Amino acid sequence: MSLSEIPALAPVAGPKSRPLRKKGSGGRLTAILLLLPPALILFSLFVILPLTESGYYAFFDWNGYGQPENFVGLRNFEQVVGHGVFHTALGNTAKIVIASLLIQMPLALFLALLIYRKTPTNSLFRLIFFVPYILAEVAAGLIWSFVFDGNYGVTASLAQSMGIENFFILADRDWAFVAVLTVVIWKYFGFHMMIYIAALQGVPEDMIEAAQIEGANKVQIVRYVQIPQIKPAIIVSAFFAIIGSLQVFDVIIPLTNGGPSNQTHTIVTYLYTFGLTRMKIGFGSAIGVLLFIAAVGVAIFYQRIFMKGAKA
Amino acid sequence: MNKFLPIALMVAASASMASASTEIRVLRVQPSAKEGAFYERVEKAFEEKNPDVDVVFEYIANEAYKSKLPTLLQSSTKPDLFYSWGGQTLVEQTKAGFLADISGAVSDEVRATFPEPALAAYTVDGALRGLPLYATEVAFWVNTELTEKAGVDYTTIKTWDDFLAAVQKIKDAGITPIMAGGQDKWPLHFYWSYLALREGGADAINKAMQGEEGGFSGEAFVKAGADFQKLTALEPFQPGYMATTYEVASGMFADGKAAFHLMGDWDYGPMRARSQSGKGLPDEQLAFMAFPAIGEPVTEGGAGATLGGMNGWAVTADADPKASEFLTFMLNLEHQKEIGSEGIFVPIVKGAETSLTNPFFQRVAADIAGSTHHQIFLDQYLGASVGATVNDISADLAQGVIAPEDAAAQVQEAWEFR
Repeated sequence: MSLSEIPALAPVAGPKSRPLRKKGSGGRLTAILLLLPPALILFSLFVILPLTESGYYAFFDWNGYGQPENFVGLRNFEQVVGHGVFHTALGNTAKIVIASLLIQMPLALFLALLIYRKTPTNSLFRLIFFVPYILAEVAAGLIWSFVFDGNYGVTASLAQSMGIENFFILADRDWAFVAVLTVVIWKYFGFHMMIYIAALQGVPEDMIEAAQIEGANKVQIVRYVQIPQIKPAIIVSAFFAIIGSLQVFDVIIPLTNGGPSNQTHTIVTYLYTFGLTRMKIGFGSAIGVLLFIAAVGVAIFYQRIFMKGAKA
Repeated sequence: MNKFLPIALMVAASASMASASTEIRVLRVQPSAKEGAFYERVEKAFEEKNPDVDVVFEYIANEAYKSKLPTLLQSSTKPDLFYSWGGQTLVEQTKAGFLADISGAVSDEVRATFPEPALAAYTVDGALRGLPLYATEVAFWVNTELTEKAGVDYTTIKTWDDFLAAVQKIKDAGITPIMAGGQDKWPLHFYWSYLALREGGADAINKAMQGEEGGFSGEAFVKAGADFQKLTALEPFQPGYMATTYEVASGMFADGKAAFHLMGDWDYGPMRARSQSGKGLPDEQLAFMAFPAIGEPVTEGGAGATLGGMNGWAVTADADPKASEFLTFMLNLEHQKEIGSEGIFVPIVKGAETSLTNPFFQRVAADIAGSTHHQIFLDQYLGASVGATVNDISADLAQGVIAPEDAAAQVQEAWEFR
């Protein structure tokens, strides 16, 4: 009896489930048809179009007025690559990357290890350390330009109290960029610290306890338990640090405006100064294209090497 | 852009049909409160005479204005009148077809009220593209108390060597000789530009633009760099001048921190506002000294040339005819006198200078009227790109990190690649 019912049921179940599946795929199609176009249009309009336009302008000598007509081929690129200030900007950007990786991230990790446990005082410290990151870049730049001011700033009173002559670090060709680096590290370490805090809180407490029972000291726990456990977070934060370093701009403009003698430009302030403010849109576009290639290159390279490794 | 033109026209047409009145949009860099009040009065007066016209003033802060203007000019919401510094930028805007030819709209009568060089600054390709509003002059502001203290009689400074000697004497007296806003670079370019004018003669810049006498890498420009470095070798500026902006420098000079400040007459009011006391130096303690001549000008006219601005208004293509009407109304003798008597700036229209009550502005009006050639600031006159290069090399020369020959060559290169 029951056996006869089974074949009877089977054909019923078959067709029943099939329309369901069809309905499901149809729903997905509708979803695609409904939801993809707006996203695609927005993406094309605000990302793809400007990108291709910029790539197109890079081949013209164009001042932004009217239509680009004067096709110059690769001349803009040649000029960028041959420009001394571009080399300085490139070097400075590299310095920011290195400082971010070697000073900012370890500092952030150190502070995160000190204050990741949830206590009222730790919350207060987290807030204090995170404040620079919340501050607008331009405001941060302005504040620090006052701090560095050799006439009225903190450095001025510091110099006076030490009995040495006032110094003007932002006016010094050799030292101005060190000042910029200081501000960049100060501005962004809080961001990385927060990533580490979140990750450290996710490290199972029993692992640490186990290590303690095994006789590991604090440094060993950090070295062999906590850091390996938060490796994915470190990899992500390093990625942000590198991409962020390629884009440093609005801290520098109020601080030094790229000076003295174009010594403190990054790639982006270089683009802004020599492309936009000078109305050499073609030239600026060429710099933009180079920056884009560099950023995409870093992203792909990084994904290939580290992100995959992190997953495995 | 052209794709959108029909749509823009339709929108514009429907807008003008909706309201019977003509709207005249005027775009200006953020003015002082006094100047803004002046525009308000002119606007009201014009609208009373022309009930069908609605004049709308819009203000944008200085740097943003410069970067937004090109985009605005290409859009359907472009202004009818906009503030201009003249020079190569005006030429480029004309070439791109953004500017109207208002030669026909400005009567000979109105034309005759302006000095010829001022009109020339707003004439491109033989057609009038706008009208000048006011002229400015760059010269040394002098803190006479400090020069006296150092035993320098500024009235006897006539040549560059006199000036260098005075600077040394002031420095020896323990006073900062010159205030400079080096971070902005353009305050330093005044030195190079003035010295180039003195060395190369009244027409030095125009000749260089034509490629005559070696262009910008010619003798006059190399000498200008060398002359400038004779000054900078004395370390005449305040400590940290490369980290000082124009605004800060201006305030510090008004605080009595240096004997000289090479700046335009426009600084008269603002420097007081920027001083710590808010009052600055009293008039009796201030003097306005012409930039010294060099011993032997290479060419005629160099010693008497002035550097400064010839700022005014440009009219955009397809602007309503009422726009030019409003422009001439705004710049008529009566209003220009108002500008003078209010001390807003030095008016340009002939006869309006009599309204000036401020002795410094009277002096500027006389200087410009008597000048062999009034050179518009190079960072404006040569266009954004070459102008910025001039500013760059001036800052580099001041810091002694570039040779005069290289500086001149860089400007020439920028000019060729502009």
